[in-house]
Amino acid sequence: MRLGDSCLIMAHRQSEMCSKGPFLEEDIAQTNLGLDLLGQAEALLIYAAELEGKGRVADDLVYKRPERDFYNFMLTEQPNTDFAFAVVRQFIMALYLGKVYETLAKVDDDTLSGIATKAVKEITYHQLHLGMWVKRLGDGTQESHERVQTAVNELWMFVGELYEEDELDLKMQEAGYTISGNKMKAYLTAKISAHLTEATLSVPEAVYMTTGSKKGIHTEYLGYILAEMQYLQRAYPDAKW
Amino acid sequence: MVSEMSNAQEKQLIYHYLSEISDPEIPVINIVEMGVVRDVLFHNLKLEIRLTPTYSGCPAMDMIGHLVREKLQSKGYDSVEITLVYKPAWTTDWMSAETKEKLRVYGIAPPVGTATSKKGLLNEDSVSCPQCGSKNTEIKSMFGSTACKALYLCKDCLEPFDYFKCI
Repeated sequence: MRLGDSCLIMAHRQSEMCSKGPFLEEDIAQTNLGLDLLGQAEALLIYAAELEGKGRVADDLVYKRPERDFYNFMLTEQPNTDFAFAVVRQFIMALYLGKVYETLAKVDDDTLSGIATKAVKEITYHQLHLGMWVKRLGDGTQESHERVQTAVNELWMFVGELYEEDELDLKMQEAGYTISGNKMKAYLTAKISAHLTEATLSVPEAVYMTTGSKKGIHTEYLGYILAEMQYLQRAYPDAKW
Repeated sequence: MVSEMSNAQEKQLIYHYLSEISDPEIPVINIVEMGVVRDVLFHNLKLEIRLTPTYSGCPAMDMIGHLVREKLQSKGYDSVEITLVYKPAWTTDWMSAETKEKLRVYGIAPPVGTATSKKGLLNEDSVSCPQCGSKNTEIKSMFGSTACKALYLCKDCLEPFDYFKCI
């Protein structure tokens, strides 16, 4: 459910990039990234609803849960302040998701490993594309360099959540469904640092990491996303196409 | 429904019906050639068709489901269940040489190499222009008109074209 929520909110953010890309081809690319994520979110939430066994379906999870019942990472809900923010946010998440799916692809659960095996191919492609942009912006003009550095600096405090652990994470680790927070931290830090350095960007110094999404705590932005995403179902409950 | 047929024969017949359905986004290829149809199973009176999405978010998936149902109903199968399977994950390796040739003739450069080599995905292999055959091409955008394609440009005949990504 957590993973599905993160994919869903990212997909929504990416869909907002529609008609706002720097040029037509990139506009299509950005929305395609969103499409892949939406597909992953759908598959994951259908399965989450089934496992939950409360008679809810994926649409109920998406359209009928209040903010406090969403468990997506705060990083995923951060707005598309400018193109660099979207690129940095998605790049970091693509690295994270790549590792998560890689682990899930090997678990003894056909549905989950099936979704992950498929998603890992898509996310690898996202990493390439977004990584290219981080370099291109970082190593571009002074303006693009400054903007992407600002995005990295401002989003940095949300990275800590990606390797934070709670009881559920520990249980999942024991069952082999996820890697430890320490391993994830080491992986992400190494990958991100190497990439930023190559893009002539500096790695932010250690900052206080904001966390809480695993308990349903969010930044102010999620409320606005949900207001837009859930409007139709809230105004006209159970409306169908 | 012809009841005196064996399951194997009937399965073959159903595959034949399904091969009459073209991919909603690439009309020259049918959904069997595309590798989307994974299995046909018989459960008493019900027919189960297993499909796999090319990409997780492929918007054509719902459409394909509808088309399958419609086609089979027109052949007398009233109870058709469509299930989505994710394993094994769809790969362009399932396309036959003949299918790839159809793509090329249609103007889409077929996937180069095999998915396991990862070379095609990383664009390390040169992609030939489906119009003039030149290998002097460059990638314009990693994402094309659909999730499964990338946009290329031929530097000889100057035609832009879609490349079917190798995954």
